[in-house]
Amino acid sequence: MEGCAQEGQVKLLGVDYSPFVVRVRIALSLKGIHYEFIEEDIQNKSELLLQSNPVHKKIPVLIHNGKPVCESMIIVQYIEEAWDNKAPNLMPKDPYDRAIARFWAAFIDDKLLPSTLRTFKGQGEEQQKAVEESVANLLLLEEVLQSTGKAYFGGDEIGLVDIALGGLLVTIQTVEKVTNIVLTDTQKMPLLCAWADKFCKAHKVKEALPDRAKFFELMSARRAKLTSPPAGNLKGGG
Amino acid sequence: MATEGENGQVKLIGATLSPFVVRVRIALALKGIDYEFIQENIQTKSELLLKSNPVHKKIPVLIHNGKPVCESMIIVQYIEEAWGNKAPNIMPKGPYNRAIARFWTAFVEDKLFPSMRGVFTGQGEQQQKAVEDSVTNFLLIEEALRTNQCFAGKAYFGGAEIGLFDIALGGFSAFIKAVEMATDSVLIDPEKMPFLSAWMDRFCKSDGVKEVMPDPAKQAEFVSEYISARRANMI
Repeated sequence: MEGCAQEGQVKLLGVDYSPFVVRVRIALSLKGIHYEFIEEDIQNKSELLLQSNPVHKKIPVLIHNGKPVCESMIIVQYIEEAWDNKAPNLMPKDPYDRAIARFWAAFIDDKLLPSTLRTFKGQGEEQQKAVEESVANLLLLEEVLQSTGKAYFGGDEIGLVDIALGGLLVTIQTVEKVTNIVLTDTQKMPLLCAWADKFCKAHKVKEALPDRAKFFELMSARRAKLTSPPAGNLKGGG
Repeated sequence: MATEGENGQVKLIGATLSPFVVRVRIALALKGIDYEFIQENIQTKSELLLKSNPVHKKIPVLIHNGKPVCESMIIVQYIEEAWGNKAPNIMPKGPYNRAIARFWTAFVEDKLFPSMRGVFTGQGEQQQKAVEDSVTNFLLIEEALRTNQCFAGKAYFGGAEIGLFDIALGGFSAFIKAVEMATDSVLIDPEKMPFLSAWMDRFCKSDGVKEVMPDPAKQAEFVSEYISARRANMI
């Protein structure tokens, strides 16, 4: 429906490399919603951001008709509900299927994301443990695809869980490159790898994904800072 | 009474003292849903629990017509949607109000509960910091109750009736008081947080809640035992 969500009525505060922002951009893109993207400087947060998300002061924040919505997966559900007459539907209809979708979205945030971050930040034994946890978490998601036999977690089309995990894909793949560790082994997780491939190439998803080269540079610099001894701090901005 | 949710078709695996389980019991009570309560022994998890929640192996688990639903606030939303035509409605009507309810619910999970955990697991300076963080978090909720257009001037966060966030936070009422008692700390000072105190009082006295809310004194005993056991293991 062309009448609703005219440009200027939907704003998204974020940075293009944040997996949380990417999730929201994917949802907006799938629904064909026009929006103004307001790039934030994380070191110097804007008045608008601080005003719109006073509790957490974090991105992403979606501002729809002047009203702010915060927290990526809450924003994605909001987009689904506020534009529920716009295809595609991001949530299943059946209450049980919706509960399962929410369960896996929560799993990705509560388990997979932290273990991925620990893999990125950790060293030695700590990192090894984080790798094992991340692989175990990914294998659980592989099992979900095994049990449904569908291309996406949402079934034949992209849904909530695809967006929750998909937003993290470039982050996971970049962590693998920067740390030189394989988390998504095609032999152990063939369905998940096939899903990742299909997802990244999907119409309306690829334009929401961050620039991989730029993100790789950013993450490499961060990793270097984390793993260098205190005396060897990088000078200048990173 | 409707034919859905006949005894035996709805089971809840849980423990009466778990605040996460209390949340689900409140939602079931509000909707007038009959269910079989299966008390879990925390030390030895049952076969049914391990089968029903293989990923987390935690309570609560709601089993409806043989299908398990896990994670307390996901279960509460499921109850709302599966019995959508049964009053009261736990979720607000518009998408924006629903997003706000979910936002504050997530705040309890991601900020408030972790800071409270620090209060009953920490010692000395660490515990003091956890108390300060918890108070800061409660003050944010007090502020929201006072000023947010979705809540201000209303009996509950859900409006005239109990809603999602009331259940998310209110389900923890006995637990919050128990932690205060067991650690001799003040987390919700009625002078500093008059709206929150009044709301909690009102919530704990309402139908559907008072029947399932544990006795804070009994809960405090349990928390004290837990703290002692942890400290014993740490020596």
